[in-house]
Amino acid sequence: MKTLRIGSGAGYSGDRIEPAVELAEQGDLDYLVFECLAERTIALAQQARINDPAGGYDPLLAERMRRVLPFVGHHRGKRRLRVITNMGAANPVSAAAEVRRIASELGLNCKVVAVVGDDVLAQLGPEHVLDNGQTLGSLGTRLVSANAYLGVDGILDALREDADVVITGRVADPSLFLAPQMFEFGWAASDWTLLGRGTLVGHLLECAGQVSGGYFAEPGLKHVDDLARLGFPLAEIDADGAAVITKVAGSGGLVSPATCTEQLIYEVHDPAAYLTPDVTADFSRVAFTQEGADRVRAKGAAGRARPEQLKVSVGYLDGWIGEGQMSYGGPGAVARAQLARDIVLKRLALTGVKLQEVRAELIGMDALHGPRSSVEPWEVRLRVAARCDERSDAVRIGNEVETLYTNGPAGGGGASKSVRQVVAVASLMLPRDQVNARIQA
Amino acid sequence: MKLHELAHARTGDKGDTSNISIIAYRAEDYPLLAEQLTAERVAQFFEGLREPGAAPVRRYELPNVQALNFVLPGILRGGVTRSLALDAHGKCLGSALLELTIFE
Repeated sequence: MKTLRIGSGAGYSGDRIEPAVELAEQGDLDYLVFECLAERTIALAQQARINDPAGGYDPLLAERMRRVLPFVGHHRGKRRLRVITNMGAANPVSAAAEVRRIASELGLNCKVVAVVGDDVLAQLGPEHVLDNGQTLGSLGTRLVSANAYLGVDGILDALREDADVVITGRVADPSLFLAPQMFEFGWAASDWTLLGRGTLVGHLLECAGQVSGGYFAEPGLKHVDDLARLGFPLAEIDADGAAVITKVAGSGGLVSPATCTEQLIYEVHDPAAYLTPDVTADFSRVAFTQEGADRVRAKGAAGRARPEQLKVSVGYLDGWIGEGQMSYGGPGAVARAQLARDIVLKRLALTGVKLQEVRAELIGMDALHGPRSSVEPWEVRLRVAARCDERSDAVRIGNEVETLYTNGPAGGGGASKSVRQVVAVASLMLPRDQVNARIQA
Repeated sequence: MKLHELAHARTGDKGDTSNISIIAYRAEDYPLLAEQLTAERVAQFFEGLREPGAAPVRRYELPNVQALNFVLPGILRGGVTRSLALDAHGKCLGSALLELTIFE
């Protein structure tokens, strides 16, 4: 039986585009998958859709599709690569329409199918309780979105309909990769071992460059060649789920057991129970072996029955975050920045700014992990951030930092300020029979 | 010596929970790490950063890939989406943990 070749064209919404084009051109791929949805991307996209009913999908969708569609569809009677992506975000149907427009502009004939059903907002009632203890009812009009993590079902339907491009909203990341393996090899939806293996491949690929040398290098300890030309990964998979992770020859980066191990454990809690909508995958006995330059074999994944409930990600408006920063340098920089910090906090209290939570820290000293070093740095940057219910209060944070220019300690420079609305995300569980994935061609 | 010389790390986030993998460069160092890097020691290192009353730090062992996985509930203080932290994802936490000393 043949070897299936699946490439990973994006690890997040804003990811590089050339490595995906390189994979499409030189990867000899059957499938190219773009994973572009972080935890709250859908909630942000849903807000965009409220402002523009035809919007709410990935801002880079058009650019990515223009670059890779020329490698999609049939050529001289032979099928070339197919694309699967969750770039539909809050509006897979409009995203699919956009891809059809681009295909027709480019004179290409390809079938684009949207997967819907992840948006369960209309199905939920005020009595549903979030993992943070709040009920949906208590959120009132602040509730923005509720999307269930779909598994492979809708994508499998789309592939059976002969789709060249499958556009989804919220689908569990590894499911985007598992679906084509199940479809091509005819794996049963209850063959937990094979589904566990296929999920491992998906999990290793879903963050794109993070398994092929990205987010790995450390000078002197972990060398990676040519990160400016990092190659995105592809997997060569056999019908029994055996897989090799590799990348296009000549691209930058590194595929080694160490890069694969970092990605294996990334965002995993209990490695023996990695929950997806399709399977409870067991990565606890996975092992990697180097089979050649930038070629690593992954073995040992297993699986058990899938969970009976699906996770639903709920987005809601949760006030505003205001922030201001100011730098101090030279001898005495830390003392002046500390004085500046005290002044800003006092000013916020004096002027009655209403804060839900505030943080004031010195970048270079204690901002990331609290204080530790006693070494006086050459420069330090004050950062004050606060969450407020009202935008008018949040604006005051950056303004107060900025007034340090003429009212604060000596030598502050490079002030910056910002205000953003908080779209928070929490989750709840729904029985899977209440979620109905379906396709829209 | 510092853990930084013996192992590398990557941090992931889910909700308000971080997970930090600690991966030995050399397989022969894994038993030493497994012996000395207890969940309690990691919890102590990050004391003050985690939400008061958060669930305990958990440790999972992956001997086949010479790695330990630490799960730290409550360290992202409300989660990526509403945290005020400079590094709201907690991406830098793993690198900080490599500061720990391992005794030979």
